[in-house]
Amino acid sequence: MEQRVTTSTPPDVIDVLTGIAPGSRLDELRRRRPVTREQAQAAYAALFEPSDDSAVSGESADERRLIAAFTTRLAGDDATAAFYRARAEQADPERAAIVVAEAAAAATEGPFGSYPEAGLQQENTDGARYRAADAVRAQLGDRLTAALEHAHLLVFRPREADRAALAALTDAGWSTDAVVTLSQLVSFLAFQQRVVIGLRTIEEEAA
Amino acid sequence: MSAATTTDHIAPERFTQEQLGWTPYLEPKPVEDLDERDYDGLVDRGRAASDYFRLLVRDPEILGARTRVDKDIFYNTEGGLPRAERELAAASASRVNGCVFCASVHARFASHHSKRHDDVQRLLDEGISADLGERWNAIVAAATALTVTPSQFSPAHVSRLRAVGLDDLAIADVVHGAAFFNWANRLMLSLGDPVAAA
Repeated sequence: MEQRVTTSTPPDVIDVLTGIAPGSRLDELRRRRPVTREQAQAAYAALFEPSDDSAVSGESADERRLIAAFTTRLAGDDATAAFYRARAEQADPERAAIVVAEAAAAATEGPFGSYPEAGLQQENTDGARYRAADAVRAQLGDRLTAALEHAHLLVFRPREADRAALAALTDAGWSTDAVVTLSQLVSFLAFQQRVVIGLRTIEEEAA
Repeated sequence: MSAATTTDHIAPERFTQEQLGWTPYLEPKPVEDLDERDYDGLVDRGRAASDYFRLLVRDPEILGARTRVDKDIFYNTEGGLPRAERELAAASASRVNGCVFCASVHARFASHHSKRHDDVQRLLDEGISADLGERWNAIVAAATALTVTPSQFSPAHVSRLRAVGLDDLAIADVVHGAAFFNWANRLMLSLGDPVAAA
Protein backbone atom coordinates (compact mmCIF):
# COMPACT_ATOMS: atom_id res chain seq x y z
CA MET A 1 0.00 0.00 0.00
CA GLU A 2 1.27 3.43 -0.90
CA GLN A 3 1.76 5.71 2.02
CA ARG A 4 1.71 9.47 1.70
CA VAL A 5 4.91 11.12 2.78
CA THR A 6 3.98 13.52 5.52
CA THR A 7 7.41 14.28 6.92
CA SER A 8 9.91 16.47 5.12
CA THR A 9 12.77 14.83 3.22
CA PRO A 10 15.65 14.08 5.56
CA PRO A 11 18.72 16.23 4.93
CA ASP A 12 21.32 14.89 2.52
CA VAL A 13 24.16 13.68 4.74
CA ILE A 14 26.98 14.58 2.36
CA ASP A 15 25.54 18.10 2.11
CA VAL A 16 25.44 18.32 5.91
CA LEU A 17 28.97 17.00 6.34
CA THR A 18 30.37 19.27 3.63
CA GLY A 19 28.42 22.32 4.72
CA ILE A 20 26.62 22.73 1.38
CA ALA A 21 23.87 25.36 1.32
CA PRO A 22 21.01 25.16 -1.22
CA GLY A 23 21.89 27.06 -4.39
CA SER A 24 25.59 27.23 -3.58
CA ARG A 25 28.29 26.36 -6.09
CA LEU A 26 28.82 22.88 -4.59
CA ASP A 27 25.06 22.29 -4.46
CA GLU A 28 24.82 23.03 -8.16
CA LEU A 29 27.84 20.85 -8.83
CA ARG A 30 26.36 17.87 -6.97
CA ARG A 31 23.03 18.29 -8.71
CA ARG A 32 24.71 17.78 -12.07
CA ARG A 33 25.15 14.16 -10.99
CA PRO A 34 21.70 13.68 -9.47
CA VAL A 35 21.78 9.88 -9.39
CA THR A 36 25.12 9.86 -7.55
CA ARG A 37 23.74 12.37 -5.05
CA GLU A 38 20.50 10.49 -4.51
CA GLN A 39 22.02 7.01 -4.36
CA ALA A 40 24.87 8.01 -2.03
CA GLN A 41 22.11 9.15 0.31
CA ALA A 42 20.18 5.93 -0.33
CA ALA A 43 23.28 3.94 0.65
CA TYR A 44 23.56 5.89 3.88
CA ALA A 45 19.87 5.36 4.60
CA ALA A 46 20.06 1.64 3.83
CA LEU A 47 22.85 1.25 6.37
CA PHE A 48 21.78 3.62 9.10
CA GLU A 49 18.11 4.51 8.65
CA PRO A 50 16.43 1.51 7.06
CA SER A 51 12.70 1.85 6.49
CA ASP A 52 12.25 -1.84 7.27
CA ASP A 53 12.75 -1.95 11.04
CA SER A 54 12.91 -5.70 11.09
CA ALA A 55 16.18 -5.62 9.16
CA VAL A 56 18.04 -3.30 11.51
CA SER A 57 16.59 -2.71 14.90
CA GLY A 58 17.76 -2.10 18.44
CA GLU A 59 21.05 -3.75 19.08
CA SER A 60 22.03 -3.91 15.44
CA ALA A 61 21.39 -0.20 14.80
CA ASP A 62 23.48 0.76 17.83
CA GLU A 63 26.21 -1.61 16.72
CA ARG A 64 26.32 0.01 13.28
CA ARG A 65 26.69 3.47 14.78
CA LEU A 66 29.53 2.32 17.01
CA ILE A 67 31.34 0.68 14.10
CA ALA A 68 30.83 3.81 11.98
CA ALA A 69 32.23 6.05 14.72
CA PHE A 70 35.29 3.80 14.96
CA THR A 71 35.81 3.50 11.20
CA THR A 72 35.55 7.19 10.39
CA ARG A 73 37.72 8.27 13.34
CA LEU A 74 40.43 5.88 12.15
CA ALA A 75 40.57 7.69 8.82
CA GLY A 76 40.53 11.22 10.20
CA ASP A 77 39.48 13.58 12.96
CA ASP A 78 37.10 15.41 10.66
CA ALA A 79 33.45 16.38 10.12
CA THR A 80 32.46 12.87 9.07
CA ALA A 81 34.04 11.32 12.16
CA ALA A 82 32.34 13.90 14.40
CA PHE A 83 28.96 13.13 12.83
CA TYR A 84 29.17 9.39 13.44
CA ARG A 85 30.65 9.91 16.86
CA ALA A 86 27.62 12.00 17.85
CA ARG A 87 25.25 9.32 16.58
CA ALA A 88 27.12 6.61 18.46
CA GLU A 89 27.04 8.69 21.65
CA GLN A 90 23.27 9.07 21.30
CA ALA A 91 22.87 5.33 20.87
CA ASP A 92 25.27 4.02 23.51
CA PRO A 93 27.37 6.67 25.31
CA GLU A 94 29.40 4.21 27.34
CA ARG A 95 30.55 2.03 24.49
CA ALA A 96 30.88 5.06 22.18
CA ALA A 97 33.49 6.59 24.48
CA ILE A 98 35.51 3.37 24.42
CA VAL A 99 35.19 2.92 20.67
CA VAL A 100 36.25 6.48 19.86
CA ALA A 101 39.21 6.31 22.26
CA GLU A 102 40.27 3.03 20.66
CA ALA A 103 40.03 4.58 17.19
CA ALA A 104 42.03 7.65 18.14
CA ALA A 105 44.77 5.44 19.58
CA ALA A 106 44.74 2.98 16.66
CA ALA A 107 44.69 5.59 13.87
CA THR A 108 47.74 5.16 11.64
CA GLU A 109 48.73 5.60 7.98
CA GLY A 110 47.63 3.44 5.10
CA PRO A 111 47.30 1.60 2.94
CA PHE A 112 50.03 -0.76 4.06
CA GLY A 113 50.53 -4.49 4.23
CA SER A 114 51.78 -7.57 2.44
CA TYR A 115 50.49 -8.53 -0.97
CA PRO A 116 49.31 -12.07 -1.63
CA GLU A 117 50.64 -11.73 -5.20
CA ALA A 118 54.08 -13.28 -5.70
CA GLY A 119 55.25 -10.56 -8.07
CA LEU A 120 54.42 -7.71 -5.69
CA GLN A 121 56.40 -8.84 -2.66
CA GLN A 122 58.91 -6.01 -3.10
CA GLU A 123 56.04 -3.55 -2.49
CA ASN A 124 55.14 -5.01 0.90
CA THR A 125 55.09 -2.47 3.72
CA ASP A 126 54.54 -2.78 7.43
CA GLY A 127 52.48 -0.80 9.89
CA ALA A 128 50.52 -0.92 13.11
CA ARG A 129 47.81 -3.58 13.14
CA TYR A 130 44.98 -3.32 15.66
CA ARG A 131 44.05 -5.95 18.15
CA ALA A 132 41.81 -4.93 21.04
CA ALA A 133 43.16 -5.44 24.55
CA ASP A 134 41.39 -8.06 26.65
CA ALA A 135 39.87 -5.39 28.88
CA VAL A 136 38.36 -3.64 25.84
CA ARG A 137 37.07 -6.93 24.48
CA ALA A 138 35.41 -7.61 27.82
CA GLN A 139 33.67 -4.23 27.77
CA LEU A 140 32.58 -4.28 24.12
CA GLY A 141 31.87 -7.97 23.70
CA ASP A 142 33.40 -10.40 21.21
CA ARG A 143 31.03 -9.55 18.40
CA LEU A 144 31.62 -5.79 18.34
CA THR A 145 35.34 -6.21 19.01
CA ALA A 146 35.69 -8.54 16.03
CA ALA A 147 33.94 -5.94 13.87
CA LEU A 148 36.31 -3.18 15.00
CA GLU A 149 39.36 -5.32 14.28
CA HIS A 150 37.95 -6.05 10.83
CA ALA A 151 37.20 -2.36 10.23
CA HIS A 152 40.81 -1.46 11.05
CA LEU A 153 41.97 -4.09 8.56
CA LEU A 154 39.72 -2.70 5.82
CA VAL A 155 40.63 0.93 6.50
CA PHE A 156 44.41 0.53 6.62
CA ARG A 157 45.46 -2.71 4.93
CA PRO A 158 42.70 -3.96 2.65
CA ARG A 159 45.27 -5.93 0.63
CA GLU A 160 45.72 -8.21 3.67
CA ALA A 161 42.00 -8.94 4.03
CA ASP A 162 41.80 -12.69 3.56
CA ARG A 163 39.67 -15.72 4.25
CA ALA A 164 40.94 -15.95 7.82
CA ALA A 165 39.74 -12.41 8.54
CA LEU A 166 36.18 -13.39 7.61
CA ALA A 167 36.50 -16.57 9.66
CA ALA A 168 37.32 -14.40 12.69
CA LEU A 169 34.02 -12.59 12.18
CA THR A 170 32.09 -15.81 11.75
CA ASP A 171 33.68 -17.20 14.92
CA ALA A 172 32.53 -14.09 16.80
CA GLY A 173 28.93 -14.66 15.76
CA TRP A 174 28.60 -12.77 12.48
CA SER A 175 26.34 -14.54 9.96
CA THR A 176 27.19 -14.52 6.25
CA ASP A 177 24.51 -11.89 5.60
CA ALA A 178 25.80 -9.74 8.46
CA VAL A 179 29.40 -10.00 7.21
CA VAL A 180 28.23 -8.61 3.86
CA THR A 181 26.45 -5.69 5.54
CA LEU A 182 29.44 -4.98 7.81
CA SER A 183 31.79 -5.02 4.80
CA GLN A 184 29.50 -2.62 2.95
CA LEU A 185 29.24 -0.33 5.96
CA VAL A 186 32.99 0.08 6.42
CA SER A 187 33.61 0.33 2.68
CA PHE A 188 30.79 2.82 2.07
CA LEU A 189 32.19 5.08 4.79
CA ALA A 190 35.55 5.07 2.98
CA PHE A 191 33.65 6.50 0.00
CA GLN A 192 31.48 8.98 1.88
CA GLN A 193 34.32 10.42 3.95
CA ARG A 194 36.43 10.93 0.81
CA VAL A 195 33.61 12.59 -1.14
CA VAL A 196 33.20 15.07 1.70
CA ILE A 197 36.95 15.75 1.80
CA GLY A 198 37.06 16.10 -1.98
CA LEU A 199 34.13 18.51 -2.19
CA ARG A 200 35.40 20.61 0.71
CA THR A 201 38.79 20.82 -0.98
CA ILE A 202 37.25 21.93 -4.28
CA GLU A 203 35.49 24.69 -2.39
CA GLU A 204 38.63 25.63 -0.49
CA GLU A 205 40.66 25.88 -3.68
CA ALA A 206 38.10 28.14 -5.30
CA ALA A 207 37.91 30.47 -2.30
CA MET B 1 58.85 -17.51 -11.76
CA SER B 2 56.03 -19.90 -11.02
CA ALA B 3 52.57 -18.72 -10.14
CA ALA B 4 51.49 -18.83 -6.53
CA THR B 5 49.02 -21.63 -6.21
CA THR B 6 46.32 -22.60 -3.81
CA THR B 7 44.35 -25.80 -3.76
CA ASP B 8 41.83 -24.79 -6.38
CA HIS B 9 43.10 -21.91 -8.48
CA ILE B 10 46.06 -19.96 -9.78
CA ALA B 11 46.47 -16.47 -8.37
CA PRO B 12 47.66 -13.63 -10.61
CA GLU B 13 51.32 -12.71 -10.07
CA ARG B 14 51.00 -8.94 -10.27
CA PHE B 15 48.88 -6.07 -11.63
CA THR B 16 47.69 -6.88 -15.13
CA GLN B 17 45.25 -5.76 -17.81
CA GLU B 18 44.40 -9.39 -18.53
CA GLN B 19 40.92 -10.60 -17.73
CA LEU B 20 40.85 -12.18 -14.26
CA GLY B 21 38.28 -14.23 -12.43
CA TRP B 22 37.25 -13.84 -8.81
CA THR B 23 36.17 -16.42 -6.25
CA PRO B 24 34.20 -15.55 -3.11
CA TYR B 25 35.22 -16.59 0.41
CA LEU B 26 31.57 -16.84 1.45
CA GLU B 27 28.66 -18.52 -0.26
CA PRO B 28 26.76 -16.31 -2.69
CA LYS B 29 22.98 -16.38 -2.45
CA PRO B 30 21.75 -19.24 -4.66
CA VAL B 31 20.11 -18.08 -7.89
CA GLU B 32 16.93 -20.02 -7.10
CA ASP B 33 16.52 -18.06 -3.85
CA LEU B 34 16.58 -14.60 -5.47
CA ASP B 35 13.35 -12.61 -5.15
CA GLU B 36 12.24 -9.31 -6.66
CA ARG B 37 13.84 -7.30 -3.87
CA ASP B 38 17.13 -9.02 -4.70
CA TYR B 39 16.75 -8.34 -8.42
CA ASP B 40 16.12 -4.68 -7.64
CA GLY B 41 19.42 -4.69 -5.69
CA LEU B 42 21.22 -6.38 -8.59
CA VAL B 43 19.87 -3.60 -10.89
CA ASP B 44 20.68 -5.61 -14.04
CA ARG B 45 19.14 -9.08 -13.89
CA GLY B 46 22.21 -10.42 -15.72
CA ARG B 47 24.31 -9.70 -12.65
CA ALA B 48 22.68 -12.73 -11.02
CA ALA B 49 25.28 -14.73 -12.97
CA SER B 50 28.10 -13.13 -10.95
CA ASP B 51 29.27 -14.72 -7.68
CA TYR B 52 30.38 -11.28 -6.50
CA PHE B 53 26.99 -9.65 -6.97
CA ARG B 54 25.11 -12.66 -5.62
CA LEU B 55 27.23 -12.47 -2.48
CA LEU B 56 26.57 -8.73 -2.11
CA VAL B 57 22.85 -9.25 -2.74
CA ARG B 58 22.64 -10.71 0.75
CA ASP B 59 22.02 -7.03 1.57
CA PRO B 60 20.04 -5.94 -1.50
CA GLU B 61 19.34 -2.32 -0.53
CA ILE B 62 22.95 -1.32 -0.04
CA LEU B 63 23.95 -3.25 -3.17
CA GLY B 64 21.34 -1.41 -5.21
CA ALA B 65 22.56 1.98 -4.02
CA ARG B 66 26.19 0.97 -4.56
CA THR B 67 25.51 -0.15 -8.12
CA ARG B 68 23.54 2.97 -9.06
CA VAL B 69 26.27 5.24 -7.66
CA ASP B 70 28.86 3.24 -9.61
CA LYS B 71 27.00 3.49 -12.92
CA ASP B 72 26.35 7.21 -12.59
CA ILE B 73 29.94 8.08 -11.65
CA PHE B 74 31.40 6.14 -14.56
CA TYR B 75 28.74 6.15 -17.27
CA ASN B 76 26.95 9.51 -16.94
CA THR B 77 28.18 11.32 -20.03
CA GLU B 78 26.59 14.70 -19.25
CA GLY B 79 29.81 16.71 -19.37
CA GLY B 80 32.66 16.34 -16.93
CA LEU B 81 35.66 14.05 -17.18
CA PRO B 82 36.12 11.86 -20.29
CA ARG B 83 35.33 8.21 -19.60
CA ALA B 84 38.95 7.10 -20.03
CA GLU B 85 40.08 9.42 -17.26
CA ARG B 86 37.33 8.35 -14.87
CA GLU B 87 38.67 4.84 -15.39
CA LEU B 88 42.21 6.12 -14.82
CA ALA B 89 41.12 7.51 -11.44
CA ALA B 90 39.55 4.13 -10.60
CA ALA B 91 42.66 2.23 -11.68
CA SER B 92 44.88 4.58 -9.66
CA ALA B 93 42.90 4.10 -6.46
CA SER B 94 42.95 0.33 -7.06
CA ARG B 95 46.72 0.41 -7.66
CA VAL B 96 47.27 2.25 -4.37
CA ASN B 97 44.98 0.01 -2.33
CA GLY B 98 46.38 -3.11 -3.97
CA CYS B 99 43.24 -4.47 -5.58
CA VAL B 100 44.66 -6.48 -8.47
CA PHE B 101 41.22 -7.54 -9.67
CA CYS B 102 39.69 -4.02 -9.67
CA ALA B 103 42.81 -2.58 -11.28
CA SER B 104 42.67 -5.17 -14.05
CA VAL B 105 39.10 -4.26 -15.01
CA HIS B 106 39.52 -0.50 -14.88
CA ALA B 107 42.98 -0.42 -16.42
CA ARG B 108 41.48 -2.35 -19.32
CA PHE B 109 38.64 0.17 -19.61
CA ALA B 110 41.10 3.08 -19.39
CA SER B 111 43.18 1.53 -22.19
CA HIS B 112 40.14 0.86 -24.32
CA HIS B 113 38.78 4.39 -24.07
CA SER B 114 42.12 6.22 -24.25
CA LYS B 115 43.97 3.94 -26.71
CA ARG B 116 46.98 4.41 -24.40
CA HIS B 117 47.55 0.79 -23.39
CA ASP B 118 51.26 1.21 -22.75
CA ASP B 119 50.82 4.20 -20.45
CA VAL B 120 48.15 2.35 -18.49
CA GLN B 121 50.47 -0.64 -18.25
CA ARG B 122 53.21 1.60 -16.83
CA LEU B 123 50.82 2.73 -14.11
CA LEU B 124 50.31 -0.92 -13.22
CA ASP B 125 53.99 -1.91 -13.51
CA GLU B 126 55.71 1.13 -12.00
CA GLY B 127 52.93 2.34 -9.76
CA ILE B 128 51.61 5.83 -9.19
CA SER B 129 55.00 7.50 -9.74
CA ALA B 130 55.02 6.52 -13.44
CA ASP B 131 55.33 9.58 -15.70
CA LEU B 132 52.26 9.53 -17.95
CA GLY B 133 52.28 13.16 -19.07
CA GLU B 134 51.07 16.08 -16.97
CA ARG B 135 47.32 15.65 -17.47
CA TRP B 136 47.31 12.00 -16.45
CA ASN B 137 49.92 12.62 -13.75
CA ALA B 138 47.62 15.22 -12.21
CA ILE B 139 44.68 12.79 -12.19
CA VAL B 140 46.76 9.93 -10.75
CA ALA B 141 48.19 12.24 -8.07
CA ALA B 142 44.73 13.49 -7.08
CA ALA B 143 43.26 9.97 -6.92
CA THR B 144 46.25 8.80 -4.88
CA ALA B 145 46.10 11.69 -2.40
CA LEU B 146 42.42 11.03 -1.82
CA THR B 147 42.99 7.29 -1.41
CA VAL B 148 45.75 7.25 1.19
CA THR B 149 44.76 7.42 4.85
CA PRO B 150 44.65 9.97 6.30
CA SER B 151 43.73 11.92 3.18
CA GLN B 152 46.42 14.09 1.62
CA PHE B 153 44.08 15.67 -0.91
CA SER B 154 44.69 19.42 -0.92
CA PRO B 155 43.78 22.57 -2.88
CA ALA B 156 47.09 22.14 -4.74
CA HIS B 157 45.74 18.91 -6.27
CA VAL B 158 42.62 20.75 -7.39
CA SER B 159 44.67 23.59 -8.87
CA ARG B 160 46.86 21.12 -10.72
CA LEU B 161 43.75 19.49 -12.24
CA ARG B 162 42.43 22.91 -13.22
CA ALA B 163 45.78 23.76 -14.83
CA VAL B 164 45.55 20.72 -17.13
CA GLY B 165 42.08 21.74 -18.29
CA LEU B 166 39.60 20.16 -15.89
CA ASP B 167 36.55 22.19 -14.91
CA ASP B 168 34.65 21.85 -11.61
CA LEU B 169 32.51 18.95 -12.83
CA ALA B 170 35.52 17.06 -14.19
CA ILE B 171 37.37 17.61 -10.92
CA ALA B 172 34.31 16.36 -9.01
CA ASP B 173 34.34 13.30 -11.30
CA VAL B 174 37.96 12.57 -10.32
CA VAL B 175 36.95 12.87 -6.66
CA HIS B 176 33.96 10.57 -7.04
CA GLY B 177 35.79 8.05 -9.23
CA ALA B 178 38.64 7.71 -6.73
CA ALA B 179 36.31 7.79 -3.71
CA PHE B 180 34.06 5.13 -5.18
CA PHE B 181 36.99 2.77 -5.65
CA ASN B 182 37.83 3.12 -2.00
CA TRP B 183 34.41 1.52 -1.49
CA ALA B 184 34.70 -1.07 -4.27
CA ASN B 185 38.32 -2.09 -3.58
CA ARG B 186 37.56 -2.94 0.03
CA LEU B 187 34.65 -5.18 -0.91
CA MET B 188 36.50 -6.95 -3.70
CA LEU B 189 39.68 -7.43 -1.64
CA SER B 190 37.99 -8.68 1.50
CA LEU B 191 35.22 -10.93 0.19
CA GLY B 192 37.20 -13.11 -2.23
CA ASP B 193 40.32 -13.76 -4.30
CA PRO B 194 41.32 -12.85 -7.86
CA VAL B 195 41.98 -15.81 -10.12
CA ALA B 196 44.29 -15.79 -13.14
CA ALA B 197 42.79 -16.73 -16.47
CA ALA B 198 43.32 -20.41 -17.20
